[in-house]
Amino acid sequence: MISINRKKMDEVVENLSNVDLVEGTSLWQDAYLRFRKNKAAVTGFVLLVLMTLLAFIGPYFTPWDYESIDWSLIGNAKDGGAPQIANGHYFGIDDLGRDIFARTMQGTQISLMVGFVGTAVAVFVGLFYGAIAGFVGGRVDNIMMRFVDILMSIPIMFVIIIFFVVFGRSIFLLFMAIGMFAWMDMARIVRGQTLAIKNKEYIEAARAAGVSGLRLITRHVIPNLLGIVVIYTSLLIPSLILTESFISFLGLGIQEPLTSWGALINEGARTMQYGTPWQLAFPISFFIVGLFCFFFIGDGLRDALDPKDK
Amino acid sequence: MLKFIVKRVASSIPTLLLLILFSFVMMRLAPGGPFTSERALPVEVLANINAKYGLDQPWHIQLWRYIEGLIFHLDLGPSFKYKDRSVNDIIAQGFPVTMTYGLWSFAVAVVVGMSLGIMAAVKHNTWLDYIAVGISIGAQVLPNFIMAPILVIVFTLWLELLPGGGWNGGQWNHVIMPVIALSTSYMASIARLTRGSMLEVLNSNYIRTAKAKGLPMRTIIFRHAIKPSLLPVMSYLGPAFVGMVTGSVVIDIYFSTGGMGQFFVDAALSRDYSLLMGITVLFGAMTILFSTIVDILYAWLDPKIKL
Repeated sequence: MISINRKKMDEVVENLSNVDLVEGTSLWQDAYLRFRKNKAAVTGFVLLVLMTLLAFIGPYFTPWDYESIDWSLIGNAKDGGAPQIANGHYFGIDDLGRDIFARTMQGTQISLMVGFVGTAVAVFVGLFYGAIAGFVGGRVDNIMMRFVDILMSIPIMFVIIIFFVVFGRSIFLLFMAIGMFAWMDMARIVRGQTLAIKNKEYIEAARAAGVSGLRLITRHVIPNLLGIVVIYTSLLIPSLILTESFISFLGLGIQEPLTSWGALINEGARTMQYGTPWQLAFPISFFIVGLFCFFFIGDGLRDALDPKDK
Repeated sequence: MLKFIVKRVASSIPTLLLLILFSFVMMRLAPGGPFTSERALPVEVLANINAKYGLDQPWHIQLWRYIEGLIFHLDLGPSFKYKDRSVNDIIAQGFPVTMTYGLWSFAVAVVVGMSLGIMAAVKHNTWLDYIAVGISIGAQVLPNFIMAPILVIVFTLWLELLPGGGWNGGQWNHVIMPVIALSTSYMASIARLTRGSMLEVLNSNYIRTAKAKGLPMRTIIFRHAIKPSLLPVMSYLGPAFVGMVTGSVVIDIYFSTGGMGQFFVDAALSRDYSLLMGITVLFGAMTILFSTIVDILYAWLDPKIKL
């Protein structure tokens, strides 16, 4: 009797240990596979990586930097300042004799950084705000979300501009202000998702195991929100770059000699009747290509991570 | 319904008050008053000026006076930089201009965007659809401050058809470029939204039933499909409106149309706090009013919404 059982058990063990386990695909692997199939998104991603590399490495390959003036060409931008390889002005010079290539690279750095840092601020604030509101619920939720409603019906751009006027213009403030006024959508989305998640069994299990409060939120709620957060983040980056460009276009954002896409486009647009079209063409191309990349990546991520589509 | 409207209108009042409070506090936090200039004024003169504008009073009295003037006299106070002109005067001068091209832009964005979206959805997967999608994808990276210089290059510098700026009492050829520049990216978003929701509606069961009954396509689209498919678009109109209001700043600067935006940026650069605040409050009030109207319309259009 016992020996038979023993034999059977050995068989079972043998069988089980020889079975090739079916590899499970996690949500993220699955998403990665689907993202890779999306040609537009992959192209956008590759282009964006190249652009970022160019923006940070490019300045080492030109004799000019973003603020020094080429005295041999100053006042002669129209005739002598056109883009050429010979004198090192790959994108030409602006009306003050500064190298457009170096300035475009510098502007790209700032614009990308505003996009990423601002988004990081917005995501951090929005994620916690939304998760807490949704998780605590009740009156706290009501008050917190009403506050978000109020903020959302204020034309934020004006408030940001007032913010710059009042506190002076610095790069740190630019990053902070733009991020601090962009978290409301994120908070709303996260709250909605949290409401859906918080009654799931695994939350109950965690609670039964004695996890509580902030730890429950950071360990169990937020990881399960990440899909939607990633999608929304990828859309937030270009919209913050747009915001920064808008403010800099008005001459209220980044301060000379530093520059950004918006400021460069502004300069280019102001000087185009002087016959220096390259001053507008290069920054505007970078801006358009960059935003396209972000939008395609966002679309790709949404298709890859949205469970509705499975 | 009436209860919903009253509730919605009532809830927009604290929003406006918060906006006033917020901008007021920010202005007062600013280092240096509006009259600190490079050449320091004698103390007595400065005290006189401050007294004239009521800046010698404590904060809460200043704030109360501001709100009181706003509510009972619709008075936004005097401008700090333009002597002898009140904020109301300046708004009266710039506002009609902004409204003219603003409303046109809004109408163009909504009408063209919706038509494009509906057309694309009805002719799904045909060349019409592809063109419409192409336009709307391309246009989303063309915000007003990109469109404005591009339009000027094409229509003013190359084709020499339209004037590159100015207002000239709102003559059509001065209005056309601001309207296109301001509306393009919103037109694109509205087209995309309309196409998406229209496709969803056209694939739904009741449309299939309508087709099975033998209704002509035109009746199906205009009688049955349009109303529900416009709901998502409705909720975008609020943000689109805000975007156009802010976008008008770029238009005014770039095309020198003489609208509110120009005054706003000038006020920001010269630290004319009362004008800055007046314009912010005005645009804020318009935004809040508009989103209230959209919410009410939405509730009226969508029977599923809880009143």
